[in-house]
Order: sequence, then structure tokens, then C-alpha cells
Amino acid sequence: MIHEITTTPAQKDGLLIQIDHLSKVYQLGEVDVHALRGVSVTVSPGEFVAIMGASGSGKSTFMNILGCLDKPTKGGYFLEGIDVSKLTRDELAAIRNLKIGFVFQGFNLLSRTSALENVELPLFYCSISNKLRKSKAIAAIERVGLGDRIHHYPNQLSGGQQQRVAIARALVNDPSIILADEPTGNLDSRTSVEVMGIFQELNNNGITVILVTHEPDIAQFAKRHIVFRDGKIKSDKINPNPRIASEVLKELPMIDEEEEAA
Amino acid sequence: MKILNILLSAFRALQRNKMRTFLTMLGIIIGVGAVIAMLAIGQGAEFSVKQQIAALGTNILMVYPGAQQQAGVRTAAGSAVTLTEDDALAISRECPAVRYLSPGSGAGGQVIAGNLNWSTGIQGVGSDYLEIRQWSVEYGEFFTDQDVKAAAKVCVLGKTVADNLFPETSAVEQTVRIRNVPFKVVGVLTKKGQNANGQDQDDLILAPYSTVIRRLTHWPNLRSILISANSVAEIPVAQKQVTEVLRMRHKIQPYDADDFTVRNQTDLATTATATTEIMTALLASIASVSLLVGGIGIMNIMLVSVTERTREIGIRMSIGARSRDILTQFLIEALVLSLLGGVTGIILGTVGSSVISSILKWPTIITPFSVFLSFGFSIAIGIFFGFYPARKAAMLNPIDALRYE
Repeated sequence: MIHEITTTPAQKDGLLIQIDHLSKVYQLGEVDVHALRGVSVTVSPGEFVAIMGASGSGKSTFMNILGCLDKPTKGGYFLEGIDVSKLTRDELAAIRNLKIGFVFQGFNLLSRTSALENVELPLFYCSISNKLRKSKAIAAIERVGLGDRIHHYPNQLSGGQQQRVAIARALVNDPSIILADEPTGNLDSRTSVEVMGIFQELNNNGITVILVTHEPDIAQFAKRHIVFRDGKIKSDKINPNPRIASEVLKELPMIDEEEEAA
Repeated sequence: MKILNILLSAFRALQRNKMRTFLTMLGIIIGVGAVIAMLAIGQGAEFSVKQQIAALGTNILMVYPGAQQQAGVRTAAGSAVTLTEDDALAISRECPAVRYLSPGSGAGGQVIAGNLNWSTGIQGVGSDYLEIRQWSVEYGEFFTDQDVKAAAKVCVLGKTVADNLFPETSAVEQTVRIRNVPFKVVGVLTKKGQNANGQDQDDLILAPYSTVIRRLTHWPNLRSILISANSVAEIPVAQKQVTEVLRMRHKIQPYDADDFTVRNQTDLATTATATTEIMTALLASIASVSLLVGGIGIMNIMLVSVTERTREIGIRMSIGARSRDILTQFLIEALVLSLLGGVTGIILGTVGSSVISSILKWPTIITPFSVFLSFGFSIAIGIFFGFYPARKAAMLNPIDALRYE
């Protein structure tokens, strides 16, 4: 569990993520594939970062390491001052449980499991009373606006609603970061904007959001753009005028709102 | 993750594929049921064989006077005159493992009743003789301890003797003459039939041994002492106690051989019991093969389930499940399968064996041991065959599992 992990003196004041010369080499047979070639970046709490790049640019590998699903070959990764690159498999699981919330392109909800139970799932893997687990899960679902659908199964929900359940699941354990990997890839444009609206709202409430996307207009909702190419950071810029999802939504025609409600 | 939650999610996972769960469980159900039924049949057979042997009187010990040793030449057992009535009394007094005791003497001769006569053996026995031989009196009654003490001239006829001497009338209260000594008939034994060697066991007359010694043989010593131990299991103890008492009474030095012989019939019992025990073991081991096959079925289905649910495993890992959480989850699922199958199998086996016993008229016994054995077996099978698939799931790489299509 988390108490096994000690904070190192290397913690820099106020930094959420500190990545130093990170590189990742995959071995495919005889060939070494350099997915990341020395990436250094820092993220402060409360940022909204979009990571962009073509496929093969290394952004997915970067995302996996950021999400503690994978370990770097070289370099340091400090998450809230903890040197994640030195942790064991189980310690990484604890970090994923307590500090990171994932949102995937394909939603990745458990089928035949209600929205509430899906959201509760992360809390099963940390010590928490059954009562508190339920109330936290309900609070998270209400936060994404699905309070009336807690007992629906994923196959009874629209794509946008499923993604909201996934966001609620990512939120439920009050993580330090929400990592979203192409969260709008399977959604139509209006729903995409709605989902981005939720991310913006969460970000406005102080949650750090890191988003991987290859769609430039989705990236426009983020406050900072990091572009990957060939395993390196090509550019790292502040987005001076992020789009505001609630305003964009007003301009969008109300297309299949009724269908979705049904 | 708390055990209750794991159990709940295991039940739910198994519920999703009801048919598959049922078929997987069926392997264990049939396996456990077969083990229970086979053990029940085997132990039933063992019990009835033991009962039949007990009816033969396997808890019987026979003490004979030992072979006389004269200048190194040993004559036949029984030729020495070493067993006395006092020996018999001492044995019954000092050997707690001895239940009944009947001193024996005997004579042969012509028996006359009215104008009929019959040649038979006259056995002098104690009043407990029938208890030892598990025999009973059909008409009249057996002579009492009082008759033995008084050396009363009473006797009990075997069925064959009674039929030959008193073909028309009841033998009880009649008088027979043995070597010209009149004996009053007090009872007639029930028919026992032939023994294993084809001898007629009903062709005999029983009389108090004291009477036989004083009136017929005029020989003070006993020909044998018939003893029954408290149980078949206590035969060795009884044998040891009898030997010790007799050695002490006969003042035999530690390095000298016994001047008496103690024989028992446990060899027969041991062989027969061992045979049925082997049969039980054989039946159970054949049945446990099907249990093993059932276990392999569980492993197979769990492997399929792990592959099918790779993505689920990836999701669980990405939100913080540790390897051991995944391991426990799949292990519990396998365990629930095998336990449910095991319990159902125990019920099925119990019902099955009572059906068998009512149709085949064969006794079946279900012991707590066989229930615990099968229950333990199904737990062991769940853990053993569930472990590999569960470990396979737990060792998955989260990224690969998440991307699995």
C-alpha cells in the first residue's frame, strides 16, 4: 500500500510530475525500438495538458509510463516526489489506485456490471468501509451528471454516458491526476465537447488533467500543448486561448439530443 | 479486497455463464458423488463381512494344554496335563480383556434314550458356552452356573441328537443315558448346520464340564478352555493376558517355552477384512479418477475464463488491483466452483448410495470420514487446478491486458 512509499528529498516544491531524461526501449526480437529518447518535462498541479503527436511518436508509451502501467528503461519519474521508476509491481498498483484516474478511448467499463459498481471498483482495492465506498461512488456519478442512471448497465448507456461513468470511476478515489487517452475517439462531435466540458469543469476545480489526443480541435480545450515526434518532445507551449466547452456547446446545433435521452 | 466482496463478485462471474458453470461443476459433482457412493458401498460391504465373521465367533481364543516334551521329543498338543479348573478360574478373574470363559472337557460314547441310541460326542462346557459360540437354545433352557458348580447331571442336546433320540416327542425333561450315567435333558439347541469342513455342528451333547470330569472321563484336567475377548480388537490383549496368567501359575521361567497353546481365529477375520478394505480402496480410487477429471475441467474453464476476461483483468489492474487481488479473485472463483460441486456431489452421493442399498439390498454406510474426505478433496482440487489459471491472470502485463481484443 501507499505507506510503503516514502517521499524522496528530490521533491521539487509544488511540482506534481517531474520527468528527467526518460527513455524507453522495447526489444522486438533482435531489434531495439526506441519509443522514447530522453524526455524531460514537469507538470504543476492544476494544469490541463494535451499531449499530441502522430502514431509512433511515443505519446502512448509516455502515457503508459505516466500512468504507472509501464516502467521507463532509463531516467527518473517523480510523481508528487515519489520516484516511481523504482517501485515494485504492487507499489505501482497502489499508485494507480490512489493517485491516478484513467479514462480510455474505449471506456473500458466492466460489462454486465452497473454504473455504480463500475465506479465503486477502484475502492475495492483500497481499505475503505462499504458504506463510505458507496457514498463516494454515488457522489462521483452525480458529479458527472448521471445521478439518475446509477443502476444502468453499460449496454443501456450511450457512448457519452459510458465515458462519463468512466470519468466518475477515475474521479472516485480523489486522484492527483486524471489521465485521458483519446477520451473522445469513439464519440460524436457534440458528445466529445460535452466530455471535454466535464474535464474542463474538473480542471477548474483544481484537478490536473492530462489528455492524449491527435485531434487538434479537442486539444484546443487544454491549456498547454506538448507535441511528440520520434520519441522526443517537439514543442511544449501554453495555449493562450483555450476553447470553453460550455460556450462551444451553445453554438452547436441540438442534433440527436432527444434520441440520446431516450 | 474484502473476502465477502470477492465472494460476491465470484458468484456474479459464475452466474454470467450459468450453463458453463453448471457443466464445469458437473465434473466435480459426479466425481465427489462417485467417491461418496463407492466409499459407502465399500464400507457397507466391509461392515457386513465383519458382522458375518463376528457371527462365526472370531473373538474366540482357545487354550489347549501344551505339547509334552519328553527327552526332546515333542508329542501332540494337548498331550500334557497342564490345564486345570483353577487355571480357568484364574483367567476369568485376572484377565480384564476376557469376557466369557468356558472350561472344556469331553468324552465320546453311545447315548441311549428308551429303545433308541446314538453315537456322539459329549462336551463338557461352562454355562457361558452359548454366549461365546453365539448360539442359543431352541427348546427348554441351558444349564446354569449352579448346575456347573453342583456337577448336576443335566445336558443340552444338539438338534441332530435330539431328532435321532426323540423323533416323536419333545426331548426336554427326558432322560438320556451316557455311559450308563443318566442325564436329564434341559434344552435343545437351535440348528446350526454344517461348518466349513462339512461337519454337522448339531451332532453333540453339551453337559457341565464338572459333571463330565467327575462322571464320565474321571480325568481331573481340562481338555481346553474356550474364551471370548471383549471385542475382535482386544484379542491380542486377551491372548497376552491369558498367556501371562498361565505362565505365572505354571511357574514357567522366562526362557522356557509355554506348556500350553493359545489359538485364535483372527487370521480369518484379518484376511476377510483386508479383502474388503482393498475393495473399498479400489472403488474409491477409481471414483477419484473422475474427481481428477472434474478438476481438470475446472482448470480448463478457468483458463478459458482468464483469456476471455483479459481485458477485465487489464481494467482492474489499471485502477489499482495488485497481482494478488487478481490471483485471489480467480482462485476464489475456482474454489466456489469446486466447493459448490463438492457439496452437491456429497448430497448426490448420499442419495445415490441409499438408492443402491434399497435396490440391491446391499448395506451402504456413509461415514463422516468419507464426507470430510470428499469435501477436502474438492477444496484441494479447486486450489490445485485453480491456481495455475489464477496465476496466469495475475501475471498479465496491465498494458497488454488492456489492449487485448
